[in-house]
Amino acid sequence: MRVLLILLASLTALRRNVMRSALTTLGIVIGVGAVIAMMEIGNGSSASIQKTIASMGANTLMIFPGAAASGGVSFGAGSTMTLTPGDSDAIMRECPSVRATAAVVRSRNAPLIAGNKNWVPSEIDGTTPDFLVVREWALSEGASFDERDVRNAARVCLIGQSLVRELFQGQSPVGQEVRLQNVALRVVGVLEKKGANMMGRDQDDILIAPWTTIKFRVSGTSTANIAAVAAVAGAAAATPRGQLYPGSSQGTFAARSAIQTKNSPIPVRMITVDQIIVSATSAKEIKDATAEITALLHERHHIAEADVDDFNIRDMAEITKVMTSTTDLMTKLLLVVAMISLVVGGVGIMNIMLVSVTERTREIGLRMAVGARGSDIMRQFLAESVMLCLAGGAMGIGLGRGTSYLVAKILHWPTLPSLEAIVASVLVSASVGIIFGFYPAWKASRLDPIEALRYE
Amino acid sequence: MNLIELHDICKTFYLGEVVLPVLKGITLSIAKGEMVALTGASGSGKSTLMNTLGCLDRPTSGTYSLDGEEVSRLSNDARALMRNHKMGFVFQSFNLLPRTKALGQVMMPLLYGGTHVSQKAAKQRAAAMLERVGLNDRMDHQPSQLSGGQQQRVALARALINHPPLLLADEPTGNLDSQTTREVLALFKQLNEQDGITILIVTHDPKVAASCKRVIRMADGLIEADELNGGGPS
Repeated sequence: MRVLLILLASLTALRRNVMRSALTTLGIVIGVGAVIAMMEIGNGSSASIQKTIASMGANTLMIFPGAAASGGVSFGAGSTMTLTPGDSDAIMRECPSVRATAAVVRSRNAPLIAGNKNWVPSEIDGTTPDFLVVREWALSEGASFDERDVRNAARVCLIGQSLVRELFQGQSPVGQEVRLQNVALRVVGVLEKKGANMMGRDQDDILIAPWTTIKFRVSGTSTANIAAVAAVAGAAAATPRGQLYPGSSQGTFAARSAIQTKNSPIPVRMITVDQIIVSATSAKEIKDATAEITALLHERHHIAEADVDDFNIRDMAEITKVMTSTTDLMTKLLLVVAMISLVVGGVGIMNIMLVSVTERTREIGLRMAVGARGSDIMRQFLAESVMLCLAGGAMGIGLGRGTSYLVAKILHWPTLPSLEAIVASVLVSASVGIIFGFYPAWKASRLDPIEALRYE
Repeated sequence: MNLIELHDICKTFYLGEVVLPVLKGITLSIAKGEMVALTGASGSGKSTLMNTLGCLDRPTSGTYSLDGEEVSRLSNDARALMRNHKMGFVFQSFNLLPRTKALGQVMMPLLYGGTHVSQKAAKQRAAAMLERVGLNDRMDHQPSQLSGGQQQRVALARALINHPPLLLADEPTGNLDSQTTREVLALFKQLNEQDGITILIVTHDPKVAASCKRVIRMADGLIEADELNGGGPS
């Protein structure tokens, strides 16, 4: 209640000189308004920059199968086939930091024929429709294949801009047919131009089809499959290599006894994929996503803590670094601008409060004569400056929101409302009021009542 | 019992090298219900004595007991509370808050009383006090809308809002014409006689001094004369 009375008294004092109070507040209004408008515009541009960088793959994780080794000879990364489409689905289902996943089956150096033209795309990916989500890749024409096409190994594909240029001379290829190793695929969509990646490789030189189509219709087996099989001892009978001659029924090795089969069962050939690409919910979640995927794959692949992983997870650390440093810089820049404008506003408040203390010396003397203690006077002046600042802050929020709205409406800049900015400006304007109001209030509280009453 | 007991009060100002004794040992007692005029030439020390009596200043030496309480050595905050509870001030230049309604002026001291008074109760008390000084139709007026006499009466109401036993008036009629001077003095007299408030008026005006029962004349930091008017005609 006492606080209320003090606030009431300060309000009365402020109301006695409305014009001066309004002008004082203006500094804070503009300061807070600038901060909020800057934050919202900055947040918007930062978000759009992040989106651009993210489309370069900053949020992307790539899971490769691990290395196979046989007799001390390592076959290098990706030489065993351990990843399944089921892994991809499980990651999507069970890892909260993951936005999208896509299993990828690669086919290499396969010539692509369309009409009387041919071309070897640098990348032929069999995948799921989520591939486009992970790579943040939109279609410029047509539509993507869907889950049903994946289940049916439908003969459809999407092609990149470079293929459109090379095979169709820029004509619309949608509905046309291309042949990939004598498998006819209908082009259902064209990918948007993405340009070269950071290593200079043309990303538009790409064909995307359902992974089932590539795996079962086009590749049959990939090279990695063969190496994988070589690594599995006793699995000879399951592979074409197990046969001495094609079509011969005579096996290279003696038939296995029941006990042998029991002791070392031939692993059931699972359907594997070459790679799983994962998109984390944001660049910041990359670490969490990596941990979650590692744990999940350990469980699914029955890998003990001490064992060597049969998979590798890689992220785009380089791009991520660019991204975080960009956003960091942006935030710091905004912070500096915000601080400067609020300090300027605060100095304005201090100025006016000092003038006000001088001008109201007699009033202070009188208040002291009727029994106000130094602390009462101090509290009153502090309350006044805090109220000025808070009122300025409130108006500043309106001004800032309005400005950012207008900027978005008229200039079509991206803006993003920022609750933090609002909370921060209210806190900062209150602190500015206390910090910059303190000196004048302290000065007022130290006045000698006799001198103050006699002051002209 | 006396309301004010001063014993050998000295006040010396030190202005760098210069030592300036202003009060040179004042011993004085004023009983409850007295109406005293304090006169003297400029520089005689009456303002300093007034400040000391008003707990605005501490004496260099000597003792001052107000209403049975030794106040000369109290802390700043304790003296502030003393000013709030035990005395009211009326000044020559009224010292009203600019652009504040009369009611607000009178309510102001209640803010510093140390006890909580609700806004409603404060308004009622202020209104009653304004009525007491005859301004019941001027409660919503600002100082600029009031005449000098009215302003001084608002100041008087403000001084009396806490029902203090002592009223200190520093040249209360210095800025008033003779007509209003008479009115204000009559009001002082009424308060003194009806409410038993002890009143001390610092004044140069012999007419004002003459209306008081007791006149203390100061000269050169000492009491030169302390005489009763013998309850003479006002």
